[in-house]
Amino acid sequence: MPIKVNLPLTEKTLSELRSGDNVLLNGSLYVARDAAHKRMVEAIERGEPLPFDIKGQTLYYMGPSPAPPGRPIGSAGPTTSARMDIYTPRLLAAGLKGMIGKGIRSEEVKDAIKKYGAIYLAAVGGAGALISKSIIKADVVAYADLGPEAVLRLEVKDFPATVINDIYGGDLYAEGKVKYRRKKIG
Amino acid sequence: MREIKAGTVTEAVAKLFKQANYELGEDVLNAIKKARREEESPPGREVIDTILKNAEIASSERIPLCQDCGTAVVFLELGQDAHIAGGDLYQAVNEGVRQAYDEGYLRKSMVARPFSDRTNTGDNTPAVIHTDIVPGDRLKISVLPKGGGAENMAKMGMLLPSAGRQGVVELVVNTVEEAWSKPCPPVIVGVGIGGTAEKAASMAKHALLRKVGEPSPDAETADLEREILEKVNNLGIGPMGYGGRVTALAVHAESFPAHITALPVAVNLQCHSARHGEIILQGIVNANKG
Repeated sequence: MPIKVNLPLTEKTLSELRSGDNVLLNGSLYVARDAAHKRMVEAIERGEPLPFDIKGQTLYYMGPSPAPPGRPIGSAGPTTSARMDIYTPRLLAAGLKGMIGKGIRSEEVKDAIKKYGAIYLAAVGGAGALISKSIIKADVVAYADLGPEAVLRLEVKDFPATVINDIYGGDLYAEGKVKYRRKKIG
Repeated sequence: MREIKAGTVTEAVAKLFKQANYELGEDVLNAIKKARREEESPPGREVIDTILKNAEIASSERIPLCQDCGTAVVFLELGQDAHIAGGDLYQAVNEGVRQAYDEGYLRKSMVARPFSDRTNTGDNTPAVIHTDIVPGDRLKISVLPKGGGAENMAKMGMLLPSAGRQGVVELVVNTVEEAWSKPCPPVIVGVGIGGTAEKAASMAKHALLRKVGEPSPDAETADLEREILEKVNNLGIGPMGYGGRVTALAVHAESFPAHITALPVAVNLQCHSARHGEIILQGIVNANKG
């Protein structure tokens, strides 16, 4: 059974989650992808405040399709997290605690996840229609000029995700591959 | 001379892109259901269940299967006896893309000046169009909205002829292994072997149009596909990289003669949301022109 998790994440929740856990996220999170990450890290480097308080927050790497009439958002699945890797350690240092995306992270990001006690979750890529059903509300909160790459604040109800990297160094991608790999490849 | 109206092309392209973004084809659904039966890993099975549920929701609620509605890749097979009337063929295709992405609430993901400004073109054009001239008086249009995550994992190698079949297998398996969880597995692996660098790349993409799991008509190529599929599925990557037996749904390879010095190989990965569709437009005799 999936574990219900409230957002923003608490230290207690972070300490309880392990790689491989299925969770249903409830509460608020922020959406940011490539262009927004670049701007946020540039703001940090200039000593400027971020457009929202990132301490303890969770970021979802996503760029939705346009919302059809009567819906808060269009298809809304995760994008490839690796493109955010060069920016992520700076945001973790600034207090970011959770990230949702898809696919492997760099060694630098995995080290920073452990160092700052954060968590990386994956949502199922290509399941944007299903995931959109768990998003109740979506508001643009910053960088509106970036269009589909603007920073959004989402209210989610039972948003399905899986813990990939936990605060203890657990890594579902590495563990899963070892478990199911058959020796003879070449 | 038989005519196909440019407006008919636009309508067909618009319909195909909308349809492809909302609904997986029977071939894809069957391949995913087969993977569900074969997958041993519990997280892998859960991912496949999610994929199937997503397909139901997308289809019944007319919402894109994936927020990445892709680069609009279009393959045209134009009969040499057909005439496109009332407009420019490529403009007609692009107009169809524009209409589909606008009316269908599909995400527009194309940016102009990719190495500098990266400004969104606003309507998901231009399409990437490949054209073959073939006998006959028909126009076959195949569309493939191609997501960025999987396309970014494409790879090519100009192998030495001495590398042979084993070299091809290794390049393809290594490409899938390095891509790991990023291209949204279970993937379909498109492979182009031979020709020149650009010929191999285009065959690797074209191979993705084939019905999922249908073997190559050439026995030796089909055998190569089987060998690569087995090795890829021994990698342990599994659905979405959570670990499992089904890393690829199929391997589709195409081959073409190559220069005596060369063994070009290209790999193009297709995510599990393998959206594609096709239509054949029949040219009609224009009475006015006889």
